[in-house]
Amino acid sequence: MTRNAWLVLHQAHYDLLSFLRNRQARFFTLMLPLIFMVIFVSVFGNHRIGPEHVKASTYYVPGISALAIIAASFVNLVISLTAQREAGVLKRRRATPVPAWVLIAGRTITAMGVSLAVMVVLLLLGRFAYGVRLPSSTIPGVLLTAVVGSATFCILGYAISTAIGSADGAQPMVQAIMLPLYFISGVFIPNVNLPGWLQDVAKAFPVQHLADGLHKAFDPATHGVGIVWSDIGVLGLWAAVGLVVALGRFSWSPAAARA
Amino acid sequence: MDAVISARGLHKSYGAIEAVAGIDLEISRAEIFAFLGPNGAGKTTTVEILEGFRSRSEGEVSVLGQDPAHAGAAWRDRIGVVLQESQPEPGLTVRECLDLYAGYYSRPRGIEETLALTGLEDRGDVRAEQLSGGQRRRLDVALALIGDPELIFLDEPTTGFDPSARRQAWDVVHGLRELGKTVFLTTHYMDEAENLADRIAVIAGGRIVAEGTPGSLGGRDRMAATIRFRLPSGTGPGDLPDALRSLAEPGSDGRVTLRTQTPLVALRDLADWGLARGLDLPDIEVRRPTLEDVYLSLTDQQEAVE
Repeated sequence: MTRNAWLVLHQAHYDLLSFLRNRQARFFTLMLPLIFMVIFVSVFGNHRIGPEHVKASTYYVPGISALAIIAASFVNLVISLTAQREAGVLKRRRATPVPAWVLIAGRTITAMGVSLAVMVVLLLLGRFAYGVRLPSSTIPGVLLTAVVGSATFCILGYAISTAIGSADGAQPMVQAIMLPLYFISGVFIPNVNLPGWLQDVAKAFPVQHLADGLHKAFDPATHGVGIVWSDIGVLGLWAAVGLVVALGRFSWSPAAARA
Repeated sequence: MDAVISARGLHKSYGAIEAVAGIDLEISRAEIFAFLGPNGAGKTTTVEILEGFRSRSEGEVSVLGQDPAHAGAAWRDRIGVVLQESQPEPGLTVRECLDLYAGYYSRPRGIEETLALTGLEDRGDVRAEQLSGGQRRRLDVALALIGDPELIFLDEPTTGFDPSARRQAWDVVHGLRELGKTVFLTTHYMDEAENLADRIAVIAGGRIVAEGTPGSLGGRDRMAATIRFRLPSGTGPGDLPDALRSLAEPGSDGRVTLRTQTPLVALRDLADWGLARGLDLPDIEVRRPTLEDVYLSLTDQQEAVE
């Protein structure tokens, strides 16, 4: 293993440790998706819902998986990133010889690892508590959508952190962005009954495409490997936009000390 | 000349404001250099230019033989930085923080050794966020030392500390001297500069207004000593011997001040005069100007100019 590969894992190890020791991060990232899943499945019981007319539990495993991926890759990333930036932690790391890309890769791997781990727990909960089967033929679709979605939301997290001036502002900002999108993108409730214009708004944002990609992969009626290329494409487009913003504007120093 | 840091005509402007208005610096290997000045004098701007965190508007800068504005990882491998403000790594213990940072450097110092050097040997397993303010600052220094750098920047290492925490931080800096490290220290405490530094530069209004060793700064070694005493009742300044009468400055508190380059001669004259009259001067004091007097007079002059 090269030194830089080792260093990425070294960074990811300590970023994960730091994440796991933060009670708030644990609750919002690990527990809340499970709580949402139990609540939504209980509310809708065994009704058939959504455009695919699947059981509520079959609908919510992928829907809440999308939320879990966003919670770990975007919400938690933005909150920890802005807190570390304002505390001078990022600046102090940049005073050392560690390459910037190693810091970014380490933190991104942590976020993606947590995303996938929570998703696996949701799958197991769905399988053993609600009897939701993941059609084995669509595992490539689930995995690809989850990995591309997680990477996209990490990049968007780095991009949006450039617009947040203080650690206190991070939580309200990310929730204000994500809550409405969860509602109109089919994460909390099937969005087929929404007015057409609202569905169009949702289609412009990446949440809808992550949720849709996962929904399709879990739909028992889906044939093939379950990859929805149009959803992957829109996610990739958002990732590209996020990358341009992040590369152009990302700062390691606290907002007050920039010049 | 083995210069670790050298700067010529260093300027930094923010719009119309000149934060650093032409600074020359030369710091040699193993020297502990203090950059002393009031808040807003340009200390942090200068140190951040030397650390490569800020760009400069004008001037030549070389740190460890390279221009900090374009220096890369190999250069950062040789320096340690204690920022003016930084919090510990969230969630990690002291030892874990050090292990994380040790991974960043090519030839790190041992973790236990670094803990001992900064007086944190019994705090290794404590979460860094639970340390006291003074201990957190020593952890900052430990993180700057873990890479075994040649040059260490300390930006106001003891601001806001109680006296015992400051003493402990000073002990850490004395330890750096024994290791032969070059230290660039900024502070607004005179006693800190006097206690730690081989050489001090005073900055005010973006300019260096004085430079020297703690003993000689601003002509301190040549400045007049002050003799101060209260005249016994029934005597006035006019009763003093001729040689002293011209020096005497009566103060509003009824005490007389004599400023002189030859304090021993003045004291002899004063003693002869008093003893001949059967008088004593029980509250007499003789003072050399403190570094604080020098510093205040230097920074006051600067404010008067502006």
